[in-house]
This record gives sequence, C-alpha cells and structure tokens, in this order.
Amino acid sequence: MPWIPRGLRNGIVTSRYPQTQDSYGENFRAAIVIRPHQYDLTIAKKVVDACPTNAISLNENMPSLDRGRCILCGRCEELYPDAFQFDSGFEIASANRGQLIVPSLEETDSLLADTKKELAQRVKALKRSVHIRHIDMGSDGADEWEVAALTNPVYDVQRLGVYFTASPRHADLLLVTGVGTVGMVSSLEKTLDSMPDPKIVVAAGVDAISGGLIGRGYASNGGISKMVKVDVFVPGSPPTPFGLLYGILLATARIPIWRAGTCSGAPRIMGKPLKQADFGRPRDDGYLSEENP
Amino acid sequence: MTTNQRNNHRSVEEFSEAVIAKALNGDRFCGLFATKEASAVRLDAVFADNPQLFVASVLLPRSAEAFPSLSPYIPSASWYEREIYDLFGLLATGPSGPYPLVLPLSEGHVRPQPGSGSGKLHEPFEIDLSPLSSHLEGEGVFTIPFGPVRSGVFESIEYVVETPGEDIAHLRARVFYKHRGVQISFEGLDVNDGVLMAERSEGVASVAHCVAYCGALEKIAGTEPPVVAGLVRVIHAELERIVNHLDSIVRHTEAAGQAVAYSRFTLHKERLQRMRGRLCGSRFGRGVVVPGGVTGPPQLSPNELLVQLDEIEHDIRSDLKLLMATPSFLDRLRGTGILPPALAHCFAAIGPVGRGSNQSDDVRFTRPYDAYRQLSHQLIENRSEGDALSRQWVRIDEITGSFHFIRQATDRLERASRKGDLWRFELEIVDGEDWGWAEAPQGELLYLVKVEDGTLARVKPRSASFHNLGLFHTAFPKDILTDFAFIEASFGISIAGVAG
Repeated sequence: MPWIPRGLRNGIVTSRYPQTQDSYGENFRAAIVIRPHQYDLTIAKKVVDACPTNAISLNENMPSLDRGRCILCGRCEELYPDAFQFDSGFEIASANRGQLIVPSLEETDSLLADTKKELAQRVKALKRSVHIRHIDMGSDGADEWEVAALTNPVYDVQRLGVYFTASPRHADLLLVTGVGTVGMVSSLEKTLDSMPDPKIVVAAGVDAISGGLIGRGYASNGGISKMVKVDVFVPGSPPTPFGLLYGILLATARIPIWRAGTCSGAPRIMGKPLKQADFGRPRDDGYLSEENP
Repeated sequence: MTTNQRNNHRSVEEFSEAVIAKALNGDRFCGLFATKEASAVRLDAVFADNPQLFVASVLLPRSAEAFPSLSPYIPSASWYEREIYDLFGLLATGPSGPYPLVLPLSEGHVRPQPGSGSGKLHEPFEIDLSPLSSHLEGEGVFTIPFGPVRSGVFESIEYVVETPGEDIAHLRARVFYKHRGVQISFEGLDVNDGVLMAERSEGVASVAHCVAYCGALEKIAGTEPPVVAGLVRVIHAELERIVNHLDSIVRHTEAAGQAVAYSRFTLHKERLQRMRGRLCGSRFGRGVVVPGGVTGPPQLSPNELLVQLDEIEHDIRSDLKLLMATPSFLDRLRGTGILPPALAHCFAAIGPVGRGSNQSDDVRFTRPYDAYRQLSHQLIENRSEGDALSRQWVRIDEITGSFHFIRQATDRLERASRKGDLWRFELEIVDGEDWGWAEAPQGELLYLVKVEDGTLARVKPRSASFHNLGLFHTAFPKDILTDFAFIEASFGISIAGVAG
C-alpha cells in the first residue's frame, strides 16, 4: 500500500521523445564532428596516429572519422580543436555502415535510401508492437546498463510498444552488444535461428560494430558484422539509452526517411537546436508523420 | 608511499611452502597470477599485508608444464589456477584435473600466454563448447543450464544447476562465453591508451579500474598525483559505488516483483548516471582519471553538485527506508543464500559479499590511496548473518558512506583549489612493475602493471567479481531455484570483470 503514492512522488519523469525532442538527449555529447576548415596536415596526421581505434583517416588531405570505431576518448579534439569537436545530439545510428563515416559521401546517401526502403518493407508487419531479445557477445558490462535503462521510467520504451522478451521465439529484433567473442558465436546463431521472420539485427555500440578497442584477437571477431547481417548500427562506447532508442525506432521504420540521418550527415553547424517543426506533425499514437513539413 | 613487499623464491617447492605458511597464518589471499617472462613463466601469489601487499614470486623452470596446486590449502586459489591453465597451459597438479574456466581449449592448443608479447598475433581460436557432464547422480536429479543467453538483459554467463526438483543441489558457473582477451589487449599499448582499456575491462567500474591502473603506474614512477586530483578521483569513484549498489538493489526489487520500488530505484540510478554525465561528459565517469592525476575538476560548481546530491540522497533514503520495511520484500532476502562467516574467511571473500559475512577488509581504509588518507569516515558495520539481506544492508550503509565522502571531497576541493591549479603531474614513464589497487563497488580490485621500453608489457586486472564468483557456489546451502535471482543480485557480480 505505502508504495502507491511513491510512484507519484516525482511527477511525470518520462521523456516525450520522439514526439518532441528531449533536451537532455539533445545536449548529450554522443559523437564527434569534423568541421570544415583549412586542415593543417601535420596536426591532422598526428591526430590519425593518436586515435586509439584507428577511427580517423586522411583521404586526399581531408580527414574523416568512422563513428563505428570512435570510442569518444576526445583525443582528437584535444589535439586539433579547430577540426574535431564533440557534438551534442544522439540521433547518430544508421542503417548503413558507410554512413557512420563522417563527413558522409553522397554515394552512401543514395545507397542508404534503398537500404531503408527494403528495411521499411520488411518490418511493415510489426506495426506498433516490437519485441526485443538482447544478446551479449562480449561487452564490458556498461552496454547492458544502458540497454536496461530503456525500461526505466525516464525512457519507458513500453509506451512506444517496444518490449524486452525472454524468449527468442517472441522476438522481432535482436539487440547485440559486445565484441563478438568466439564463445558466443554458436549462441548467436541459435538465437537468430529461433527468431521468427521478419527479424532485424541491431548492433549496439562500437564494440558490436567494429570490436572497439579490443578489435580482432584470439577471443574476439572484431564486431558481429562478419557473423550476421546487421540492419542498424548504433555508435557509442557505450551507446546512450537515447541513442539506442533512436536505433530501435530507425530499425522498425518509425523514423521518417527524410528525417533519419540528418544528424550524422555532412558537417553541420555545432549545437543547432532542432525545432519541433523539424519533426513533422507528431501523431497521437507515437508514430512520426511521414509528411515532409 | 609504502612499497609492496616482494619475495623471490628459488624453487617452486619453496614458493608453495611459503605461500601455504602465509595462508595458514591467517593472511588474506588475494590471488595467484602468472606472467610470461623472456624465457619462462613467473608465478606471483599475492596476500593483503596492510597497508601494503605481500607478493611471493617464483620463476618456473623453462620446461615446466605444471606446478603443485595450492587449492587444497587455499580454496580460493582454484579459480586462479584454472585461469592460469587456460591462458598459459600450465597445469596445477592436485586432486582435480584440468578444468577450463575462461578459455576452454583442446589439450596442446597454442595459448595466448599474457606477457609474451605475441598474444596479439593470434587469429580467433576454436574453443570447446561441449556441455559439462553431470556432477550428481541420483533418482530424479537433472541439470538445468541457465544461459549463456538468459531471460532479460544480462551479461552472458552459464550457470549449470543440478537439482532434484526445487533445491539447488550443485551449481557451477561457466564464464568463458564472453572472454574477450582483455589482458592481451593491454599489451603493447602506450600507457595513456592503457587507461582506455582499463575503463573497458569492467565497464560498470570504469573509475575504480582507472584508479587502480594509474595507481600502479604512479608507484612505478614514484609520483603521487596532486592533492586536488585525489579529491576528484574520490568524487567519481564514490558516485560509481552508489550507482552500482543501486543497480544491485534494482535487481533485488525486480526479482521480488516490487514494480513501484523497481521503477523508483531505476529512476534514481538514471538521475545519478545523468549527474555523472554532467560532471565529466561520460555517464560512466570515463575520461577523468589519467596517469598522474585527473583531466580536470568536475564540470558542475560545488554548490550545484551538492544541491543535486542532496535531492537525490533524500529520495534514495526515503525509498530505502520504505523498502527495508516492506515485509514481502524482506521475506525473500532473509535467510537466503547464506554464506557463513567461517566459509567466507576460508574463501577470502571481499567487498560487500565479504562484509555481509563478517570479513571487513575495505582497502579504502586498510590500504588508503588518493584522498582517502585525508577524509574522515565512519567504519561500515560488519554483518555476520551472511544472507542476502545482510549483503543488502552493507550496500545501504556504503551508500550513506559514499554520500559522506563526496560531500567532504567537494568541500575540500572548493577550499583547496585555486586558479591555475595543476590537475595532473607529468608522469615520467620508466620501466618497472608494480601493483595498484582500489576498492571497486564489487570489492578489492588489483592491477599488476609492467612497463617495458615505455609500453605496457603485462597488465593483469583482478576484479573482485572474479574472486567472489569463485565462492558463489557455496552460498546455496538450503536454497531453491526461485532464490537464485536474489542470491545472484546480492553478489553484484560483473561478468565482464570475471571473464576478462
């Protein structure tokens, strides 16, 4: 009995995302951007060498950064603040591995549209009910905390019809964390085989995308993409709950095509706040409108 | 700075004798470790010899394939011996044969051999995933494997439970599923990159891992971090402790089906994670602790920090008070998963698990480091019941203690810091080897760090989770299957730290 009023004590703490943007998520530093600049090659080369996961490379004297490898240590910003900067915002997941490389190339953009269309077709039947099975393929443990946070009252994914399920038989989406250890390969196969079609695979965190700092070794396959076809990649080390939520919505085609990826595209002005108008007309059922405003 | 006491023995027999004598003397066994040296493997047995460590070492003959097992005398040595067999192929000869723990490879398979510098060259190994044969025989006894993919969002581990129906008659843990090769991943890194690896060796205790890793490097260099840096480390480490303890409480409430309590404590945990994010940009306190100090002060003003902390503490206290007066919750914890003090002593249990069974060693107080030397503290009362409830009470008391530490450290930081303060001393990278430590939320954390030619030649983190999971099977004297979730939650183990 005494617990009942406790539930009301702090008022409504639940985020309204994705109907409206969330100020905490928008201000969280979840990615690095490369700013247009007259690059000084000596410093840029130093940055390339200093990056612990080889996420930064130089192509024709233009630096690019692979968010699928970036563990957000901030060393590049420290060495070359004019070119590399932490950016706020969490909508950095993508359905295309190539699009995690910023600044993005135009080819990947058109490729992405096709990937998304195919994905949208595949998940059409899921509608508003998405059941997630999580599998740990060798994470550092922090990823699980962020995944589990999705069920706390702040993110409360159940409000969006997203549930975690104990059995792969009920699962639509497989959320994978970790570097892809050799010990878990057969468990991953079994879990995936047990899932009914259509199934979607989300790689959560740089460990799952590329192996992160551990990379490939005697016990690790350097990410999961060699073992299974990944539909959506969520960067971060670990990925934030909002980043994961965005990735899940993206994977289930609940982010309009025109909208997705705007945060991870070409270099943009730092910290430009996104307005309600950027999101189209929110519908009452938690879907985002497909209309372009 | 106190130096760790090192004793080199000439033969493995002499080494075993000395180590067993030390254990029989009642000294707390911290672990047994191996390192591949230029020509042979070195064994280190470590004991707590507060306020420092006692390390006994022996260089095994080059051709050695085995060494005498210590586990008949020191039961907690068993897991360390199994890890050494998996990683080095060195068998501890004793009553039991080879029994893989972190890396089940076929006999004669090439091993990673941490310290040799060649471990990074290997391609992914084929490992032996065959199921365990049953340990018990009897009518109606059957085996239930829990995991490695378990119901809910959990790290991968397999618990093999043998039961006649309800009682947990026998339990074994198989941890190799998520073995990532952390020790090898450290090798060859520059000491600053080592920090990033330390943060990821057990992600939920990132700060403690950095503190212990940097502590070892600072001992090698003979440098102490600036006083203000020590205070900043305490703030981040104690926040980490509170959040980890809340996580354990969340798991208890989830297992007990206390829906409101579950959502309240997950809310508090999220609020604290956000606060940690505001202090340093990372929800896990990463990027703060570096060799020689910290990267900077908390990014919130002391006043803001204290106001937010007061609000959160008030809410946590109030909910804890109600939770610990909710009979339907307490009934599930009282008398569940009893670890008798004598057994806890015998297995040298550490952290909240140890303190719930009257084993008090907390290295913040017994081997103080950073600002713990200056800050005042109330000793946390030991509990001797040894059940899940007493472990829960220890955590609640530690949460109170942590808030107290953060307030003191913030106050002192405000008074001590001046404009132009140096947050980090430039650390001279010299070759050498030493042990660092910290009291992680899970218990005593040890780091062996060896620097050669300016890069890391050998790093071995020993998480409290590894040590405590080794005695997990003893905590099921009369428990049934539905108690499992509580006992697991009350141990608060991070599998990433165990599997390595």
